[in-house]
Formats: sequence, C-alpha cells, structure tokens
Amino acid sequence: MIRVVLPPHLRTLARVKGEVQVDVPGQVTRASVLEALEARYPMLRGTIRDHVTEQRRPFLRFFACERDLTHEPPDAPLPDAVTSGAEPFLVIGAIAGG
Amino acid sequence: MSGVRVLVGTRKGAFILTSDGKRGRWDVSGPNFTGWEIYHLKGSPADPNRLYASQSSGWFGQVIQRSCDGGKTWETPGGGVTMAPGGMPAGESNKFVYDTSPGVGKPLTTHQWYDGTQHPWEFKRVWHLEPSLTDPDTVYAGVEDAALFRTTDGATTWGELAGLRGHGTGPKWQPGAGGMCLHTILLDPRDPQRIFVAISAAGAFRTDDGGKTWKPINQGLRSQYIPDPTAEIGHCVHRIAMHPSRPNVLFMQKHWDVLRSDDAGDLWREVSGNLPTDFGFVIDVHAHEPDTIYVVPIKSDSEHFPLEGRLRVYRSRTGGDEWEALTNGLPQRDCYVNVLRDAMAVDTLEPCGVYFGTTGGQVYASADAGDSWAPIVRDLPAVLSVEVQTLP
Repeated sequence: MIRVVLPPHLRTLARVKGEVQVDVPGQVTRASVLEALEARYPMLRGTIRDHVTEQRRPFLRFFACERDLTHEPPDAPLPDAVTSGAEPFLVIGAIAGG
Repeated sequence: MSGVRVLVGTRKGAFILTSDGKRGRWDVSGPNFTGWEIYHLKGSPADPNRLYASQSSGWFGQVIQRSCDGGKTWETPGGGVTMAPGGMPAGESNKFVYDTSPGVGKPLTTHQWYDGTQHPWEFKRVWHLEPSLTDPDTVYAGVEDAALFRTTDGATTWGELAGLRGHGTGPKWQPGAGGMCLHTILLDPRDPQRIFVAISAAGAFRTDDGGKTWKPINQGLRSQYIPDPTAEIGHCVHRIAMHPSRPNVLFMQKHWDVLRSDDAGDLWREVSGNLPTDFGFVIDVHAHEPDTIYVVPIKSDSEHFPLEGRLRVYRSRTGGDEWEALTNGLPQRDCYVNVLRDAMAVDTLEPCGVYFGTTGGQVYASADAGDSWAPIVRDLPAVLSVEVQTLP
C-alpha cells in the first residue's frame, strides 16, 4: 500500500483524516499513485491535476523522502521508501499570496 | 408558518441564514466548505431541499456540491467512493470540458484577449448555478471562460450548450476586469425553450430553442468605449433581472447605465433617470410588483464603493426613470463596501423581503420591500452571492 498525505482542504473534500492509503498495481510512479488515488476518491479528480491535460495544478507540489519531485516526469518511479510504505508521498499546497 | 432561507456565498465559505416569516430573528449556520471561494449557491424551485453550490479554489480548481436536505449535509455528486462496473469512478462531478467536437458546427478554441490577439478558451470556475424551474436534477452553470453548461443528472456530469460559443461572435468576446464570465442565467417560466444569459464583457444573449442557437440582444446599449452604437457584442453587462409574471420585460445593470427592454431584449432603453450614479452591479425585481426594481449605485468603475460613503439602495416603482433612495437602517457615513452582481435577492413573502450582501461581510435584510433595513450578520468574509428561498 502506498501512503499519501493530502493538504487539509483535500482531506476535507475526500472526508478522510490523516494519511490515506492506496493500492497501486504495477510500477509506482506519480501518475499511477494519482490514478489510484482518484479512483479511490473520485471527488479528488480535477483537484490535483487537470481533468483533461492531467497537468499538475500550478499551486500544488509533490514531495517524498525530503525531495521535491514536482518536476520529475510523471512516469518516473517513486523512491523505494514510498513503494515499500516506509515513507509517504506528499501532495503539498504551495503557500502563495500576501 | 412560512420561513426564509438565505444562501450566502463568500470568499471563505458558504453560510445559511434562516428565519420564520416575520424575518426578525435569524439563525446563522456555517461556514460550509471553509476556506474555499463559494461563488454561488442556489436552491431548486422544484425541490427546496435540493441545493447546489459552486466551490472553487486557486489551488484545487472547481468542485460542485449538492445537498438534498436543505444544506444540512452536502455531497460531491458522483464523487463518492463508488465504482462503476469495470472499476472506474462512477461520476465526474467537477468536470467541465468545452465541447470542441465537429458536431457543434465550428469548434471554437479561441476568443479575443486583452491585447487583441486570440487566446485559448480555458475553464476557470463556475460563477452561477441556475436550477431548472421544474426538474431538481437539471441545472445550468455559467462559467469562466464564458460558456453555458447543463447537467440533467443532479450535477454528476456536465455538458456544454456549445451553440452559445459557436453562434458566430465568440472569437470576438473578450474578458472584463473580473474575467470573461457567464454570470447571469434567466429561465423563462412561460417558455422552457427560452433562456437569457449575460457575459462580461460580451453582452446579453438569448436562445429560443433550448440552447441550440443563440443571438446577441444588445441593441440600444451604449458604452463609451464602443464607438459603434449598433455594436452586436462587447458591452459589459453586469446583471439582468426579470419578474416571472412578465418574462418579456428585462431590467439590466450595465457597467454604466440601468436599462430596460420590453421585448425580451431585442431593444433596450436607458432608465437611469435620477440615479446619483448609474454604475453598479446588482439589480432585482420586487416579488409582487413587476415594475418595482432595486439597484445599489456604486460611485464609478474605478471606485467600487457607494457615493459619499453612504450605502443606499435605490428603488423605482415605475419600472425605471424615477428612483428613490432607501437609507433607513443602512450606514450613511464611512461605508466603502461593494455589492457584487449576484449578491441581491428577494423573497416572495408579503411584504416582499429584499436582501443583499457586501464585500465587507454584511448581509442586510428588509422585511418591508426596502423601507427599512437591518443586518442579519455583519462580519462574514466578503460576500459573493446571496440567494433566498421562501419556504412553505
């Protein structure tokens, strides 16, 4: 199981508390984790990445194992620690504004 | 005893204000969807317990919420943890995708940008939700960049009525200062095939065939920045209102000017009359007097607050031209709030109740058709929209 940490607003929208866990068949990549997340929680579709283009929303970033993975290719394998469940995959709402 | 439910959308959530028919004491519940912008929420005329809300965020995009119990609980239609056969999500409630199929005639992908170049149509948010007059599962959505969508399954899926963008003038539409938004949707209670919409800053449009074909209805409008007095589009219409008993008569608050049409928008004439300024955003009609209308004059397009710091609603009992200031209970000094285009509504009780919200977070109510006012709440986040349901 892959552990995912969502920003507070998306936890509220998905009606979950704390981390969520999703089962990701095949290779564990950012794209496959988001695919599994959106399948498990359909209300999150369109909130992390665009419905059509699947581009990341501009104010969201992705981290794991203290690394910023935002600009990694979506099909790049995530770190082993995420795959093993030792570390979570983090979706972070960027702090913006005054 | 009858009562009222006031639905308030704000910059940081939705609030529901309720009272009995006397409208003297109010209960305030909320915030719902805390921290999200709620551009609009509205109840179904066919089922008062069915509410729809447009929830959006610069971070997370657009979400549609639905309530089947008058706002006590909410759900994202089609967004529950359920799977259709094959393991796919059962619904896509937040998906607004422009129709670019050849079937709509001429697929439209660009409109005019501020610098005169063509710019791709990009979905940003839902500004206005207009539930069907007869079917709780059918709702129209006005969106930015301007287009009209409709759901017939309770907001689980949405499809564009692409004839509006495709009727011919679409590539010439351009954004107003607040974006290129479709903010007004009026459904004709006598003719289910007739719909009016308004877009900033393209103007007003009408369909007489349920949304398949559309025509601009902007003749008679005058805008300083448009030299051609017969310009088909380009006017910054802020709001249109209609009395259900007389759907051919429309009232408009344009960027500047208050106008009236007696032929379903084919021709407009100015009725600003003795208003101290005719800039503003809201306009609405008394529930029982089709010629009694309300506006909130704002100083100018560069100073979005009341003249002289005095918050005044203006009422005309003659369908325009002759206006009286309503000030009883409203702040008459040091008031520098705005009243946005979707932030005024009326109830259908006797006497008619009138409500409006401000960017300062106040929601004012009048239980006597505007003669006197009192705040229901004073310190909400900036109010984006106000709708009222009159309950049995």
